[in-house]
Amino acid sequence: MSIVSASLAPAGRSDRALNADALAADARRESRGMLALLSPGLFLVFAVIIVPIGWLFWLSLFDETGQLSASNYARFFEQASYIKTFVTTFKVAFVVTGACVLFGYPLAYMLSQLPRRAAGVCLIFVILPFWTSVLVRTYAWLVILQRKGLINTWLIDLGVVGQPLPLANNFAGVVIGMTHIMLPFLVLPLYASMKSIDTDCLRAGMNLGASPAATFRQIFFPLSLPGLASGVVIVFVLCLGFFVTPALMGGGKVIMWAMRMEQTTSLYSNWGAGAALGVVLLGVTLALLGLFQWLLGARATGVWSRR
Amino acid sequence: MSMENALPISHRQRLWLYALGGLVMLFLIAPSVIIVIMSFSGSTLLQFPPQEWSLRWYESYFGSVEWRDATIVSVKVAMMTAVVATLLGTAAAYAINARTLRLTGAINALLTASLIIPVILIGIGTFFLYARIGLNNTLTGLVIAHTVQALPLVVLTVLSGLRSYDMNQEMVARSLGANRFAAFFQVTVPQIRFSIVSGALFAFITSFDEVVVSLFISGGETTTLTRRMFNALRDQIDPTIAAISTCLIVLSIVLLSAAQLFGRGR
Repeated sequence: MSIVSASLAPAGRSDRALNADALAADARRESRGMLALLSPGLFLVFAVIIVPIGWLFWLSLFDETGQLSASNYARFFEQASYIKTFVTTFKVAFVVTGACVLFGYPLAYMLSQLPRRAAGVCLIFVILPFWTSVLVRTYAWLVILQRKGLINTWLIDLGVVGQPLPLANNFAGVVIGMTHIMLPFLVLPLYASMKSIDTDCLRAGMNLGASPAATFRQIFFPLSLPGLASGVVIVFVLCLGFFVTPALMGGGKVIMWAMRMEQTTSLYSNWGAGAALGVVLLGVTLALLGLFQWLLGARATGVWSRR
Repeated sequence: MSMENALPISHRQRLWLYALGGLVMLFLIAPSVIIVIMSFSGSTLLQFPPQEWSLRWYESYFGSVEWRDATIVSVKVAMMTAVVATLLGTAAAYAINARTLRLTGAINALLTASLIIPVILIGIGTFFLYARIGLNNTLTGLVIAHTVQALPLVVLTVLSGLRSYDMNQEMVARSLGANRFAAFFQVTVPQIRFSIVSGALFAFITSFDEVVVSLFISGGETTTLTRRMFNALRDQIDPTIAAISTCLIVLSIVLLSAAQLFGRGR
């Protein structure tokens, strides 16, 4: 070992200093080794994600004639079609997030109160959709909701409605499909945080005479808020940049941010404008996540490590 | 939760909660169940439950050269992605766990960036980059792009395995004369192999189900299954897709159960 050889070295400096040098050299070698292990992964992420995004950002600063200008960004405020896209995107994101809270909170609450084994079985209902292809789930909703789909066929056969209800290829279809896809992203972190609430706090409240409803409202609910917040942020952020479901279920009427980016770049080959859209989307995403982390001191992305 | 831990609320008082939770669970699982059942329908009409049963949509899937080629492309890409992402991700997780580097926060953020950055931006950026270096419509390009997306999942999974493993065991092996690689592969790997296998399975499924980036960078001979499905869905609703979807659902169940089984051995 290097420490041994260092202490044996005849030198004017004290053993302690030599030891420290040898240890520092060892630590440096160790660090270099660890960096070598990290570098292939870091390189790929850097080359495939960071470099192209930086490049797109650079492109977004020039107009069609190659002049440095803010025109790619200015059009977001000037052209009604862009404003409409943003409004639609935020509207969908708010409605879907709201629906996820409405459906997800009771489910997470039930899971957290069930005995371990039962909760494990019920969790399958959340985790299986989480890992089922988004395309498969969107296809399923198309089959269920479209004009001649299952729900309309049933309703007409039962005589509830005379005309098929417009459930797919519109705003409602996008919201239903996306709520289904986003729900696990809210339930999983919320469930994890509810699991960590100390039952003794609740029992103490009830012992002191609080009704079950009051215990929930005054003790359980406030303690579950950080988990709820992390679910809400992740769902909202994912909604803003979501592509597959609005593209397939929007019927061309619900144009969301990501679809606009795809159209601008693929259809019109306007890279500057598409890139500018991407830069703003990334900015909003990072700002929301950063705000969340700053407010709550936790990362909203924990959902992927808590399956 | 054991019984003495339970709150003084009876299951009866909670019936409304179970009913509500059950409805949400139904909402989550019903689409998959409906698709699986409808894939065995004998009719071109969308009926539920189907009036007649057949395997014609599976025959239509397996009999079509286009669907078969796309499936082969997706399987190849997913397998290669699983191998590459597992190697790179395990190495990265090991280095992060060692905590000898500064800037661990920045490294973590960079490695998990693809979970946060909107996928559409990654798709457009990758397409833009690949157009310059000729990687569009190639297997290599797909594997690289999917590896970047699968990497965070492998890192997080392996890291959670390493955190519950006592690294001193590797130190002991080294102090007894094993070199670093021998110590890692003979002492550490056998104990974290379950997380490594789980990570590989997650990487496989991430690649196999990936849609948005593949829409941009795959095409022609390397059209992935998801890209072909997406285009087919834009045109019309072909019941063949119900058969393909069922296969994808079964694949998810198999891989998840495998990951779960391996996870339990941890």
